Amino acid sequence: MSDTAVAPPKAKQNFRGNGGVRGWFGRQPTWVRAIVTLVALGLAILLPYAGDVPLIGPQIVTQGIDWPSSLFNMSYYVLLALGLNVVVGYAGLLDLGYVGFFAIGAYGTALLTSRDSLLYAHSGWSWLAAAPVALAITMAAGLILGWPTLRLRGDYLAIVTLGFAEIIRIVATSTPNFLRGDRGFTNIPHPPGQGADGKPIFGVTDATPYFWLGLAVIVVVILGVRNLDRSRVGRSWLAIREDEEAAEIMGVRTTRFKLWAFAIGAFIGGLGGVLFAGEQGFINSQTFVLQFSILVLAGVVMGGSGNMAGAILGGALISYIPDRLRGISDPFFHTDLYEYRFAIFGVVIIVIMVLRPQGLIPSRRRAMELKDREKEVAPL
Amino acid sequence: MLLELENVSLAYGRIQALHGISLSVAQGEIVALIGANGAGKSTTMRAISGLRPVSEGSIRFDGQDISKLRADLRVIRGVSQSPEGRGIFPGMSVRENLEMGAYTRKNRAEIDEDLQRVFTLFPRMREREKQSGGTLSGGEQQMLAVGRALMSRPKLLLLDEPSMGLAPMLIQQIFDIIVEINQQGTTVLLVEQNAQQALSRAHRAYVLETGRIVKEGTGAELLHDPAVKDAYLGVA
Ligand SMILES: Nc1ncnc2c1ncn2[C@@H]1O[C@H](COP(=O)(O)OP(=O)(O)O)[C@@H](O)[C@H]1O
Ligand SMILES: [Mg+2]
Repeated sequence: MSDTAVAPPKAKQNFRGNGGVRGWFGRQPTWVRAIVTLVALGLAILLPYAGDVPLIGPQIVTQGIDWPSSLFNMSYYVLLALGLNVVVGYAGLLDLGYVGFFAIGAYGTALLTSRDSLLYAHSGWSWLAAAPVALAITMAAGLILGWPTLRLRGDYLAIVTLGFAEIIRIVATSTPNFLRGDRGFTNIPHPPGQGADGKPIFGVTDATPYFWLGLAVIVVVILGVRNLDRSRVGRSWLAIREDEEAAEIMGVRTTRFKLWAFAIGAFIGGLGGVLFAGEQGFINSQTFVLQFSILVLAGVVMGGSGNMAGAILGGALISYIPDRLRGISDPFFHTDLYEYRFAIFGVVIIVIMVLRPQGLIPSRRRAMELKDREKEVAPL
Repeated sequence: MLLELENVSLAYGRIQALHGISLSVAQGEIVALIGANGAGKSTTMRAISGLRPVSEGSIRFDGQDISKLRADLRVIRGVSQSPEGRGIFPGMSVRENLEMGAYTRKNRAEIDEDLQRVFTLFPRMREREKQSGGTLSGGEQQMLAVGRALMSRPKLLLLDEPSMGLAPMLIQQIFDIIVEINQQGTTVLLVEQNAQQALSRAHRAYVLETGRIVKEGTGAELLHDPAVKDAYLGVA
């Protein structure tokens, strides 16, 4: 160790990453980043018309499911990935039952609005009136689940959350009058609004407006999460994820911030559920299978855990890939490729994880953490 | 006394790690706690900083019982720990790690002052300011952990094996810095397996064996105690 002079400050070095597209983006001045972001948003808004682009358009759009519906699917998967990314990616808590919050958001909406609901006599609300209440319920569920479990360490938390999602599914299947099992809830109202022609904006034939609504919610969620991430809350999550004991030594109230991550994650998952119920108009106990949680988790990890751009990409892909396979038959057995979706999906995930173990758009901090853990395992 | 542990017991589930230990640290002292691997040294640190609740006994700091106090409030009162091993935040830069040390503080001017103080104590940290903690060498990580602990402007600095895994020259250097920190007015409780260095630098010391204090004395006394020599100062 030497007392050599201070190293010259390296010009504009920062921690947004240095390689690839992400590194390039991080090095640009604010105005360039703003323009790139706005262009990306503009393109996202125009996505429903992607099929009209010559040559590449027809390759992109789905065949076995109408393209706007597929886009709407992507939008709520992206929401779920963003929410789970807060829990897993930021706070480092392994939640295997995230679908539970999606289900609570959707069931909450249904209970408050559907004619089939026990509560209908007292509620029978509009979708818009039900949404905030359903979200409050979801967030409360996050707190109630988190309070006793967040003192548990990693693997235990994973098991408890897994159980939580199963409990919701079992309650849904076995309460014929409350959550109505297979029969489910019909006539869940759509979001409000009338077009110039007097027809409702959110109808049953065209999913485009739902996609735009989903997109708007995604933008708001991104801005909110970004602000949190850059605040003391985000710094606390980062510290907890990197070394929980060290964080506590610094004076971070670890249980409280983990609970916050859980509740915010639950809220975003609930948003997905509320949107989903409003678009489908119908939900039942088959809607919320456990595979769903695993799929969203796979999306987050595949995209790049701890990084919103990664979570968005991963969330979109887990929805897009299976939808894109619909309506294409394999040349040997003439079965719809959609039936092979999990096999194909598995191969895609393995390939990505082999080529890019930190995900498609990796978080630089995450990469450091993984390296550090490897060092810890390896003998000195 | 700045810190007084009285009859402190602590258990991890059914594993009893501390069996009623008592020790004290006076204002301005360097006190060493030595003992073999698994003796309960880190556990003692955890009890003092509040990472683990004690099952029995009292911990008095600055005249008040803090044994039931939340960990963050103990930091605010002036207890700061540098954890064992790689206890730094690997994905944060050196600067961000140091800022984390000042997590409970608000006064920006004072924080900047302390940042400069840490950079003066550890010039290497200034050179590495923007580098991720995880890319530092083992010795640099130790220095970062000590520097980070100083950033809360503690009255009592708890150091858990600051020399672990370091080359002999670096060990000398880190102990020199600990003495310097102490001379600038911070009281130090130092946990070490490296008994030779710890005893020669500390004012007083305790020997911990399987969760019990078995000996205490001045650093010099223990350094020349035949039993201690035998067990902890092996002719390595
Ligand atoms: N998190 C833990 N859970 C269970 N037992 C533990 C834990 N940490 C330490 N112990 C046990 O407590 C005893 C004291 O450990 P520790 O305080 O780490 O010793 P030292 O720091 O002196 O090496 C050991 O027997 C160890 O196995
Ligand atoms: Mg130890």
